[in-house]
Amino acid sequence: MSEPGEIIVAVRDAWKAYDGGRVPVLQGASLEVRAGEIVALWGASGSGKSTLLHLIGGLDISERGELRVCGFDPRLESDRLELRRRHLGFVFQLHNLIADLTVAENLRVPALAVGQPAAKTTARLQLLAEQVGIAHRLDHRIQDLSGGERQRVAICRALMNAPRLLLADEPTGSLDEVTGELIFSLLKELAVSYGLAVVLATHERRFAEACHRRLRVRDGKVFDS
Amino acid sequence: MQFLSLILVNLRRHRLRALIGVAGIGFGVAAMLTILGIVNGAIGMFERILATDSHYLVLEKNVSDLFFSAVRDQDSAAIRALPNVATAQPLLFGIVSSPGFPVITCFGVAADDSRLERAEWIAGGRAEFGRHPGEIFLGSRAAEFLHAHLGDDVPIGATTLRVAGILKTENGFEDGGVFLPLAAAQDFFHRAGVCSVLAVKLRDRSAGDAFKRAVEAAHPGLIALENREFNQSYHSFRVMKMTAWAVGLCAFFLGGLGVANTMLLSVFSRIREIAVLRVCGFSELQVAALIFGEAVSVALAGLALGFALGAAVLATLPHIPLFQGYVQANVGLAVVAGIIVTAIVTAVCGAIYPARFASRIQPAEALRYE
Ligand SMILES: Nc1ncnc2c1ncn2[C@@H]1O[C@H](COP(=O)(O)OP(=O)(O)OP(=O)(O)O)[C@@H](O)[C@H]1O
Ligand SMILES: [Mg+2]
Repeated sequence: MSEPGEIIVAVRDAWKAYDGGRVPVLQGASLEVRAGEIVALWGASGSGKSTLLHLIGGLDISERGELRVCGFDPRLESDRLELRRRHLGFVFQLHNLIADLTVAENLRVPALAVGQPAAKTTARLQLLAEQVGIAHRLDHRIQDLSGGERQRVAICRALMNAPRLLLADEPTGSLDEVTGELIFSLLKELAVSYGLAVVLATHERRFAEACHRRLRVRDGKVFDS
Repeated sequence: MQFLSLILVNLRRHRLRALIGVAGIGFGVAAMLTILGIVNGAIGMFERILATDSHYLVLEKNVSDLFFSAVRDQDSAAIRALPNVATAQPLLFGIVSSPGFPVITCFGVAADDSRLERAEWIAGGRAEFGRHPGEIFLGSRAAEFLHAHLGDDVPIGATTLRVAGILKTENGFEDGGVFLPLAAAQDFFHRAGVCSVLAVKLRDRSAGDAFKRAVEAAHPGLIALENREFNQSYHSFRVMKMTAWAVGLCAFFLGGLGVANTMLLSVFSRIREIAVLRVCGFSELQVAALIFGEAVSVALAGLALGFALGAAVLATLPHIPLFQGYVQANVGLAVVAGIIVTAIVTAVCGAIYPARFASRIQPAEALRYE
């Protein structure tokens, strides 16, 4: 659990380009997120929202800049692994669940990574599944679930190892309006109840406005808006 | 859910692909099992021919094969006269042919040879052995494939010999071979006055070393080997075993390529999934373990298939007339263990590159991959 007001994410002057520098994406992006804050990363398609989330989550490495996430440096491999395992959860636009596994099996994947005892996992899994409203579908295959249900499972999976930070990349992007709304509320609700910091990339104004704070990504930089 | 179910789910997902990998290993296992079973069986049979009622084998020093060994009759007699020697049976090996059967093992033995005594005589009798010239005695399998009966004339090499007896022995080599009285065999093979090997039974086996020294001192051209010692050192056995392992390993190499292919496809087709596992906290090592685990599962299934297939082949072969009863498969624990280890090592080697590839997948890049 984080201390109130603790800085969970600190990015200072991050630079990232692709294709050997031909595609500059981030050019001195800086931002800070504190415990319990729900922050929207808002910007046009291609502005670099996903890239920024990937840098924070240690899925990709910045060329320059300082990053501190939950006290770790996501530029270091050892820190990255620890971050992903115990400190942050990812939710993507696509659910990214393993289709041939059941809901419960998918939810056990993060616990498997850290070698957590099965009994402890089961308890956590039951609790979270109740909270996101998929407890009755635990034994179903992912392919039998609707888009909204899948995204609930994905959120559930992201929370399995009790992270302090949730990185959500357009989690409502492939859902219809009503379902998107439901998923967004669920995310927010869970974040508040667990005291999570959330960084949510979206290009939908209504979701951005419903967050505690909006950060605009433009021209490779991050602005308050 | 365990790590294992994560491994198995992917195999179940691509059953046909997994099956191809399994078949690759399975055929390797079956080939190795069959070849080694047959070779070891043949070696075992040959060993038992030599070990019949004997403790030591006396043969010519430094010969590449028993067939070329020559122990002179007077040396045999001298050895037989040693105080500790109970019996000393000469054995002259040769190969004869008959139309349609180019290779038939021929044993030149003395009339009092214990082989003849132990055999079950189906026709004729031991009493006739060596009494008349121009006679041959057939193992029961040899009689079968030559379609010969007592009193028949069978063409052997350039001559014709009359069947004076048919005897059944439990040893496939003997039973599929023919017997000649020693003198007739020496004549037939132009090896007057010699035998290939002298099988010696001692009165006091514990004095074996003294016997060995006595023989080698008195007959510098000869060597006396205990049966076990002979089996280990006999060059031809070693060549046969090495060949069998070499052929088997080649079969495995192909199986290994099959596994490599299966695993590569398996990795390529779920780059995104592997990226997700990394996001969920899997380390590079855990991803690699997943791939190796998959390969080992394929190997285990291949082993099961291969052993079943090989066992079926080995059970069928002795019933095929072409093999003249020479196939008496012998599969020891060492062979089984060797095959299991080879299969698993092969699969693991086949998985090295795929596992490396999988563990190096960059999550960010892979997640953009549709
Ligand atoms: N591996 C890559 N190679 C080359 N260019 C890349 C790569 N990854 C991202 N880009 C480029 O970087 C830019 C930013 O991409 P990013 O996915 O971060 O944008 P985004 O703000 O998340 O957009 P969207 O709202 O459409 O998801 C895009 O122009 C994209 O084409
Ligand atoms: Mg994006």
